Amino acid sequence: MKFLAYLISGISLGSVYAIIALGYTMVYGIAKMLNFAHGDVIMIGGYISFIAANYLGLPTLVSVIVAMAVCTILGVVIEGLAYRPLRSAPSLAVLITAIGVSYLLQNSALLIWGANPKSYTPVVSGTLHLFDGQLTISYVSLLTIVACIVIMIALTLFTGRTKMGKAMRACSEDKGAAQLMGINVNRTISLTFAIGSALAAIAGALLCSFSPTLMPTTGSMPGIKAFTAAVFGGIGSIPGAFLGGILLGVIESLARGYISTQLSNSIVFAVLIVVLLVRPAGLLGKYVPEKV
Amino acid sequence: MNFKNRNRSARTDMLTYLGVTVAFIILTVLKSTGGLNRSQSGLLVPICCYIVMAVSLNLTVGIMGELSLGHAGFMSVGAFSGIIAAMSLADIIPSPGIRLAIAMVVGAIMAGVVGFLVGIPVLRLRGDYLAIVTLAFGEILKELITCLIVGSDGKGLHIIFNITGSKTADDLHLLEGGRVIIKGAQGATGTQTIATFTAGFILIMVTLLIVQNMIRSRTGRAIMAIRDNRIAAESVGISITRYKMIAFVTSAALAGSAGALFGLNYSNLAAAKFDFNTSILVLVFVVLGGLGNIWGSIIATVVLYILPEALRSFATYRMLIYAIVLILVMLATNTAQMKTLLGKLIPGRKKEGADNE
Amino acid sequence: MKKTLCLLLALVMVVGMLAGCGSNAGNSADSETAAPANNDGNPTFKIGCSGPLTGGAAIYGTAVVNAARIAVDEINAMDGIHFEFQAQDDEADSGDKAINAYNTLMDWGMQVMVGTVTSGSGITVSAQAFQDRTFMLTPSGSSVDLIKDKDNAFQVCFTDPNQGVGSADYIAENFADAKVAVIYRNDDAYSQGIRDTFVAEAAAKGVNVVYEGTFTADTATDFSVQLTAAQSAGADMMFLPIYYQPAAVILQQANQMGYAPTFFGVDGMDGILTLENFDTSLAEGVYLLTPFSADADDERTQAFVAEYQKRYGEVPNQFAADGYDAVYIVKAALEAAGCTPDMSAAEICEALIKVMPTITVDGITGEGMTWAATGEVSKAPMAVVIKDGVYVTPEN
Repeated sequence: MKFLAYLISGISLGSVYAIIALGYTMVYGIAKMLNFAHGDVIMIGGYISFIAANYLGLPTLVSVIVAMAVCTILGVVIEGLAYRPLRSAPSLAVLITAIGVSYLLQNSALLIWGANPKSYTPVVSGTLHLFDGQLTISYVSLLTIVACIVIMIALTLFTGRTKMGKAMRACSEDKGAAQLMGINVNRTISLTFAIGSALAAIAGALLCSFSPTLMPTTGSMPGIKAFTAAVFGGIGSIPGAFLGGILLGVIESLARGYISTQLSNSIVFAVLIVVLLVRPAGLLGKYVPEKV
Repeated sequence: MNFKNRNRSARTDMLTYLGVTVAFIILTVLKSTGGLNRSQSGLLVPICCYIVMAVSLNLTVGIMGELSLGHAGFMSVGAFSGIIAAMSLADIIPSPGIRLAIAMVVGAIMAGVVGFLVGIPVLRLRGDYLAIVTLAFGEILKELITCLIVGSDGKGLHIIFNITGSKTADDLHLLEGGRVIIKGAQGATGTQTIATFTAGFILIMVTLLIVQNMIRSRTGRAIMAIRDNRIAAESVGISITRYKMIAFVTSAALAGSAGALFGLNYSNLAAAKFDFNTSILVLVFVVLGGLGNIWGSIIATVVLYILPEALRSFATYRMLIYAIVLILVMLATNTAQMKTLLGKLIPGRKKEGADNE
Repeated sequence: MKKTLCLLLALVMVVGMLAGCGSNAGNSADSETAAPANNDGNPTFKIGCSGPLTGGAAIYGTAVVNAARIAVDEINAMDGIHFEFQAQDDEADSGDKAINAYNTLMDWGMQVMVGTVTSGSGITVSAQAFQDRTFMLTPSGSSVDLIKDKDNAFQVCFTDPNQGVGSADYIAENFADAKVAVIYRNDDAYSQGIRDTFVAEAAAKGVNVVYEGTFTADTATDFSVQLTAAQSAGADMMFLPIYYQPAAVILQQANQMGYAPTFFGVDGMDGILTLENFDTSLAEGVYLLTPFSADADDERTQAFVAEYQKRYGEVPNQFAADGYDAVYIVKAALEAAGCTPDMSAAEICEALIKVMPTITVDGITGEGMTWAATGEVSKAPMAVVIKDGVYVTPEN
């Protein structure tokens, strides 16, 4: 029973990682950049939905939608002002800019909302009791898992079936060729950032429902974990991000339950290293051999 | 590489040594005549440490061309092993200078060994996968060091690896007169602060000697050949693993000695200091200074380390301004428009830019 | 062309912001010199404070600095000793940033230090201040190492061992049969320090500790595993020597699991009721040892809380109260020692070291606080329980 409880808490934690990782992987797949500011967009999403729900008195669902809208705009603006001018610059320059954006968002949040944490009201409350209360699952966990699966499927369909989605894949394969085929590369990349940031807002609401203390630094560690998850599953791959996130959550949870609460992070990272040694491009990543 | 270029690179090397020496002399004179206030002279040693960190990371990122996000982990290994060495020898070797030197060597050796062990798996990977694994190792090192409890007494070193979290410094059962050196989460406390600016200067010079000579040597050319085209390098018989390992271990060892110097400059130091953010901080120095550009790393470190301190009068806005400056500098140095604009403003720059490309 | 325009606009915006910030910092005196030195005959001392004002620990530094500023303004409105106050950001760092902040204050001419806010920075700074002979009174740095072997460093808050022993004794007296689980943060000196003495004292007093779980700063978002393990170990009491933010997560997640042990916190738990939008019913029945209660009905506490709310729009926590008291303690000590502003920091330090063990100060974190020469404060930790969203004295 204990094992089941650990497993379920691992899966729900993993689902949060997975949703963030989906945003990471989308952006990486197309823009080929590690968007270190993604975790901070999540934090902004959390704050916006908090404000919409508590100060403006909007219903939960509406507040999440407001957060999605704000984050979408934020994502597009960040991309346009900070990343687009660097499209032809070396990838490290973009990485450092992303780190700068991350500092900027964190410190703006600190100035705007203060250092005092806020307690986020979970988007759904209540608990499911199974086996005479021996096993309890909160509705937040269930919602997170469901939301994660829905988003994963929707993204897979979007990139596979729609015209915009196909344009995205084309850009990810070869930007030059995509441009020659009449695809507006800049617009496609903006769209990717818009989708990634909207996902970040959802992730923010779910993350804060799961772990209800909201601070300017809320997004950074989950951001790094999700980045790990995305690499674990094979960065650029949508099902990979999902799988990586869930596995990461489960490993973390079981390591904490059975080995050491102290070293749970180390164990997660050690598993990651072993996996990458066996599969150098992650679990579901495509290994592209270098051509001469 | 023609002869003229070679002369130029040798000249740049000499200028680097010269520049650092002149800066050291000026600062020492200023310090001894009271020309520096407390906060300025307090910045000297950490700046030296970060310069060595940046130059050594430049070896991995700029010369070897692999992104490392765990450089602070090596600094941490060096810092704590250096502190252990310096503190446990406190009764045997009274001279702080010799102990500092020993600590820096011990730090370099330990970090080099760890770098070798980490390098075995890491260097099999490439690109972002390599980056994430270095990040993972950095975090693992941080957590492992958080579990360490170390003390020394007449009978030698006592080390507990506190994996369950239930042990305390009392479990070391130190003899009378023994001292606890590292206390788990709290890190090293009660360290004697024996680091000096002169030691920092010597460390920078040694680092420059090692790194610049390596770059200009056969080894360095092999490493850069691997960076520019791995397959071509392999086909002319360059051993990829060997040369990458040389660069990686050298970089780790230098970071370790910088760590030892840093650790011995503060009476209290927790392992949490050397987290992902510190690795990122050093990476920012390297990228802003220019990949592969040693001189640039030094300048960028000095400027960027002083910047948040200089912005203290902006109070809570200072980190915000730091972020904005960072973004703007990256935009300014990496976009075509700004480059032409700079080229117009500063005559001669354009030509140099053309040379590089 | 469009891009250039874009970039130019961004530049203009940033320059504008910088200018705005610049004048802001100048006018509002956010962290710079608060009160101008007034020369109407009142002796004015320079006191400095260093604490985290940015980063993850900014909440503690901000609370102390805000409250210290209130105390300084109150004192400056009275006759007698006046203060000039400056606060510097140390980002709660134990290494270079802590020393940089301290050095900046020393350059400014600080005569007495009210700081540091966090233990990690405090241990580093107190060693330096010991060499420099600067008197320091830390409002909230609770580590023993901060004051150990340093005659110049004194504390306003309890030391960690004090709290661990106090909690274990309280539980042994009032909940003798409890099966206790402990969840603590093992990469934090404060949490680890309290846990160590708690467990030792609990063993001595026969308190049954059935489970110990840890977490780190990086894993402070999910406690379901530790809670499940504690529950299956049969724990009916949970000791939480941690700050209130992770504690709030633990309360919420335990509630979701339907697990309801008696929670027992220490001074870091104070503030949980002020957490914005926190469902205080979750904290119902939580015990904590705290020196300060924002609901206390004495006049000074109420005046302080009202002023703090008026200025900063928040209910002050125990950190703020410690900061407020620290400034008044410095004033009392300076008066007792008969210091004058023309004395150097080192002279003031020697004078204050002599008087600290002799003075008694009534503050909002304790009546009749006295100090041992070691720097440790003596005041009674007060156990309270949360009932209907306020602290009350437990009845058992």
